[in-house]
This record gives sequence, C-alpha cells and structure tokens, in this order.
Amino acid sequence: MEPRSFTVAYAPHVHDGSSARRIMWTVFLALVPAAAVSIYAFGLDALRVLALSTALCVAMEWAALLIMKRDPKACLDGSAALTGFLLGLTLPSGLSNGIIVVGAFVAIIVAKQVFGGLGHNPFNPALTSRVFLLIAFPKQLTTWPVPRGLEEIKEYMGLAVTRTTDAVTSATPLGAIKEHAQKAMPNIQLNDLFFGVHTPGSIGEISALALLVGAAFLLYKRIITWHIPVATLVTVAVLGGLTHLANPGKYADPVFHLFAGGLFIGAFFMATDYVTAPVWPLGKIIYGFGIGLLTMVIRLWGGYPEGISFAILLMNAVTPLLDRYTVPTPFGSRAASAKAAPEKAAHEKAAHEKAAPEKAGGES
Amino acid sequence: MTTQANPFPGGIHPAYRKDLTSGCESQPMPVPKLLVIPLSQHLGAPAKVLVKKGDAVKAGQLIAEPGGFISAAVHASSSGKVTAIGPVELPNGQMGDAVTIETDGAHEWARMEPISDPLAADPKVLVERVKAAGIVGMGGATFPTHVKLTPPADSPVDWVLLNGAECEPYLTADHRVMVERAERIAQGVKLVRHVMGVSRVSVGIEGNKPDAIEALRRALGDAAEVVELPVKYPQGSEKQLIYAITGRRVPPKKLPSFVGVTVFNVATVAAIADAVIDGTPLVERVVTVTGSGVNRPGNFRVPVGTRVTDLMEFAGGYREDAAQLILGGPMMGRAAASDNVPIIKGVGGVLVLATPDLKDLEYGACIRCGRCLRACPNAQNPMLLGQLIEKGLFSRIDEEKLRELVLDDCFECGSCTFVCPNRRPLVQFFQMAKGYYRSQQKRKG
Repeated sequence: MEPRSFTVAYAPHVHDGSSARRIMWTVFLALVPAAAVSIYAFGLDALRVLALSTALCVAMEWAALLIMKRDPKACLDGSAALTGFLLGLTLPSGLSNGIIVVGAFVAIIVAKQVFGGLGHNPFNPALTSRVFLLIAFPKQLTTWPVPRGLEEIKEYMGLAVTRTTDAVTSATPLGAIKEHAQKAMPNIQLNDLFFGVHTPGSIGEISALALLVGAAFLLYKRIITWHIPVATLVTVAVLGGLTHLANPGKYADPVFHLFAGGLFIGAFFMATDYVTAPVWPLGKIIYGFGIGLLTMVIRLWGGYPEGISFAILLMNAVTPLLDRYTVPTPFGSRAASAKAAPEKAAHEKAAHEKAAPEKAGGES
Repeated sequence: MTTQANPFPGGIHPAYRKDLTSGCESQPMPVPKLLVIPLSQHLGAPAKVLVKKGDAVKAGQLIAEPGGFISAAVHASSSGKVTAIGPVELPNGQMGDAVTIETDGAHEWARMEPISDPLAADPKVLVERVKAAGIVGMGGATFPTHVKLTPPADSPVDWVLLNGAECEPYLTADHRVMVERAERIAQGVKLVRHVMGVSRVSVGIEGNKPDAIEALRRALGDAAEVVELPVKYPQGSEKQLIYAITGRRVPPKKLPSFVGVTVFNVATVAAIADAVIDGTPLVERVVTVTGSGVNRPGNFRVPVGTRVTDLMEFAGGYREDAAQLILGGPMMGRAAASDNVPIIKGVGGVLVLATPDLKDLEYGACIRCGRCLRACPNAQNPMLLGQLIEKGLFSRIDEEKLRELVLDDCFECGSCTFVCPNRRPLVQFFQMAKGYYRSQQKRKG
C-alpha cells in the first residue's frame, strides 16, 4: 500500500454538536408559550408587534453586517431574532409600527453592533432598547391595552379604565399598586397573574405559567443555570415579605411581587443573557441578588411601577467586575497554599525543571 | 472492595465509541519490510545513535542510548540491516532523526539476560534494567520510566497509581492489555513496589471496562486495590486521576511527587515486567486501529517503528471516504498529514475519520455561555484566556498576569473546545500562546 495524505485539523477532533445558533433558537422556542398566551390575550396586535420587532432586528443586523463588510448571512444566527423577539415581548401590544422601528434600531445598531456585535455588547440589547423607548415615548410605552374579555376586565381592575379610540387601556397590576397601594389589591387575583389571560401588561410578561414552562425547558436543556433567576426571585420574595410585614397596608405581599410585572421574563430570559451576565456561580448569585434588590427598590420607592429592566441594565454594568472578583480557585490551588513549603518547592523546581512534562494528559 | 472515587471539577461526556474495538483481542502484527525507528520517542533529549548505515541488527538490540538524564534508550524491533539514518516526520508533526531498518524476516532476537528472583535484587539493578529497556510512559506523555522510578529523596512517594482509565474515546489498547496481560501487570506491580519501597498501590479504571476491573482484581489480589472510576473525560489525566483515587490535589505547576504520588500507565508496568522477567526491551506495543474510516477496527501488537501505512494495510485498509488520520484519540490525538509516519512507543491509537465525521472548522465570537468554564477539569478560565489570545493581547499584557490564569497548567485535554457552541479553537489558542512564551524565554536566554 502506498502512503496517502489526509486532511489535518487541530484537536480535539470531535465536538458535542452544540452551536450558538441552536442555543439562540432554543431560547426563542422557550419564549413561544409566553408569546402564544399573549396573542390569545391581546389578539393579532401582539403578533404584529412580535413579528415586526423580530423581522426588523434581523433586517438591521443584516444591514449592519453588510455595511461593515462582514458575512451578512450571520444575521440568521438567531441572536438578532432573539433580541427582536425579546424586545417585542417587553412592549405593549398597541405600540405603533414607527416606534418599533426605532426600538429595533436602538437594539441592534446602538446596543449591539456599535460595540462589535455578538458577544461584545456590554448591555442587553433588547432591554437597552426597551428602556430607551420608555424614556423617549413614555406615554406610548405605558399604554396597556386590556386583554380580551373586556367586560370582565372592567370589573376586574375597577379603576383607571380609559377609553381611547378603539382599544381600552388600563394600568398593569404593578401600576395599580403603585398608584393606589393596597386599595387595588382586592381587585387583583393571583390566578390572573399566573395564567395571564386577563392581565394588562407587556406582551410577554402577562403569563407566569407560560414563562415558567419556558424557563423549565431552558433549565432542563442546560441553556441557563439556576443561579441568576433563583437569586433574583429569592431576593424579591424576601424584600417583598419584609416590607409587607412592616407595613401590610402600604406594601403588597411577596407573592404578588413575584408574579406581577416582568419579573419572570426578566429573571429567566433577560438576566440570564450570556453576553451580559457574569459567568461564575458566585458572580451569578451576587448579580441575581443585585437585580432583585434594585427591582424592589424601584418598585417600592422609585418613580416607575416596574424596575426589572433598569435593574438588569444596571447590573450588566457590574458584570465585568463580578467576573473578575468571583473566579473560583483553580484545581489544586488551595492545596498549594496549604502546603506551601518554599524550600521543598524550590528543590523540586531544581530537580524537575527540565523534566516537567508538558503533556500530563493520558498518562505521563 | 468499593472505594469511592473523588469527582474532579468539570469534565465532559463525549461519545466513547469504544465498543468498536473493546472486544477485539490484540492480534500480533507481522514485522513489516521497513521499520522507521525515531531516536526521539520520549520526552527529553533524543537518544544517541549507536549504529551506522549498513550495520546488521537483531530484534531487541540497542541502537541508541539515552542522550541525557531525561532520555530513553531505543532498540531495533526486528532483525535486519540499517539502510538509513536521517530525519523523518514524527507522529507529533515535527521532523526528527530515525534509524531505518530493512528487516530480514528472520526476527532473530538479542534479548537481555532475564533477572532471576528480581524481588530479591537490588532496586538499583532493576532501575538500570528499565533504563536499558528504553521504557517510557506508554499512555502518551512518554516520560522516561526509570526517572520516575527514582524520585528525588526530598519528595518521598508513598502511593503509586496505575492509570487504566483510558478516558480517550475510541481507544481500547490499554483495556486489552489489562484484560489480556493482567498477570503481567501484577508482576510489574510487585516490581514497582519493590523498587520504590511503597506499600500502597492503586489501579484506577473507568467503570466502562468491567472485564478489565475483574481481571486485574483477580490477578492483583492484595498487591494493589482496583478503584472503579466514573466514566468522565479526562479521568485519565494525571492530576485528575490522583485526586480521584487519593483525594490529594496536585497544585498548579507541581508534579505528582509533590503530594507523594507517582503514576504509571498499565501498559508501562507490563513493559517493566517484560524487561525484568524476560529481558525484552520495549519494541512492541498494542495499538487500536479504529474509526469510521477503517474497514476492520481492531487491536494490534505492533513493532515500534512500523509505518502507519503498513499497519493499515495489515489491519484491513481504509474505507473509501477516509478523510482524517489521527494518531492517538480524538480529544488529544494529532491529525497527521500523511500515514507515512512510524508508530512509536507513545502512540496507542490510529483513528481514521470518514468525511461525514469531520469537524466544522469555522468559529465565531465568544458568547460567554460559560460551558468551557464548567468543562475545564482544572477549573481554569479558558473563556478569558481564549479571548485574550485571540485578540493578540497575550503579547502585550504582563506575562505573569497571564500565567496567573494558569496557562501553564493547561494540559490541552480539549474539553473546553469540545463543548464550545461557537467552535472556538481554544486549545489551539493556548498552544499558540505557550509557543509564544517559549520563544520569548529562549530569546531572553
């Protein structure tokens, strides 16, 4: 047999088959139940916002890549679509198309591509865009259409119902609490917060159940770890509980705080964004704690009824610091300091300097 | 005997595919017409050649002596005539001198004298024999065994481990040695105990080799305990194995003797027994030929110096879509550009992958998913290291800083690269940076 030649490549020569694209689309899939509930609740308007936001973000990504002479096909890697989908899920269903265009531009161009694209953005693009829109278009961003089943809803909220041209809008449960404190409480059913089909709010936040199903899927698929969401939720529950105990007439109970607003979508889907969250377990727990703390501070004493978006963005800024100061000890390092025998180390170095095997794998 | 193994951090579960060859008894491969025997089959200085072109040699004859303290002897694997001495391509991709022998087919032996009653012999005599037999670590790192048998006086070794983990996917050579040569390994264990004066010997074997565990338990009796290890890559890496069995952690940049442990591959121990009891030097080893690109996967007892071309011919040849030739396992093995390379003492596997199994080489930016951090068996930071090196920052930042990230301690197991969803060639980045620092050090003198 004659010698023959072969393709060369670097080791390892096998791979687990995972891909960034698959991860992105898995997260996308995990958000579908929440989107489905919202389309059921808000009708085709919700579908319009979601589809438009997703499509525009992909289009912006494509344009940005084209302008920067990168491979424009990368716009289909799922990250832009996911950003768009997440952005849509944080918006009210009645939002006008023009504002969505601005939102997609801010998310993809300003918050992501300007910083270098996928993997390089310090702040979550979808949330950056949402907060930008909230500040730029405060009225439109807080006009919450009431879900279908209008007659029930009037009774349900019993307050702040205003009739606009063709849709009826209302305060979100958190908004109602902010404005009317505990007087609003009897009108808010935990059931509704859980299933979401009767609750006004951002498209994606209304159904705790749908979000939990998606979150369970991500945890099962090991796309996310428990650290960030659990730390966030525990912090919110503890702070909600303490304040409620201190003044039950003024502050809502912790269960309400857990299930109301964007806490679940924020804790499970936004705070866990790989690029902008810390990577080490301890860092993740501190990060989750910070998000829970800031969320509650804003909810209880801040100017906005909901604070999760601000909380996550603020904690995004802390991520590099957390990454730096929560690095675990490399394997065996503690043993080194415990067993620091300087003279022995020096001697060993002398004896084995030349001998030090460069390759310890397999066997030596 | 049930000993609970300590789990090391991280690790991965690749598809093992060991069933392709784990039941294939090792077949002796006939001596090929041509043997290409490199002078550098071990870690350390190349051996100094003792023969010249035209010399007649016999099987087992010393053809090169150790070229330094960390070096190993090299022997002819069969009888014949030296036809060339010069550079050839080695399995590690570099060029190195080799003795080419045209074999005569007679396979006439020139063994060393067997050492009678070795357990009563002076340990120094046995170490000399191991040195004379050219024995090196057969798990792949090829560290000269006689050096390991004599640890420095200030690092006393009280626990010897045998590495039978064989955690690399596909490979079953050690598995077959353990099943087929359990008695020989037991003899080797007794010799090692005698030489090193240790009372405690443990053998670590991954749980996916129950027949090997059974065979060694029976053969070893009280001479050593056999520890069943969890099946997790890289369980067979030295520091991870030591922790699994002894609970001792070898600090970064330290050798196992720092915690009083020495590790030998199971095949190495069998080779020690061969050298002492039979006087046979290390001129043959078991090699697994496997993968989607070969016709008949199997295990073969291959004379050292056999070209892969000849081995493949004997083993049944390539399939038509064979595309990649890997010497070693799929995680740490090296892809060879041609099969015109010799099998040396440290090569335990020839893996041939067919076209559909080839890896996608395009990679993207780090998305900070953290999988590499959870996969790293050293609990290091492949993510940050990879980003720094990719951006070329490693040449600008403080070398000490980078070393604090323990680049030195990375043994290139490939776990981080295996799990990276954006297929970043992290191991290659680390090799690049290591090479850079080596060259910097050389320049500094």
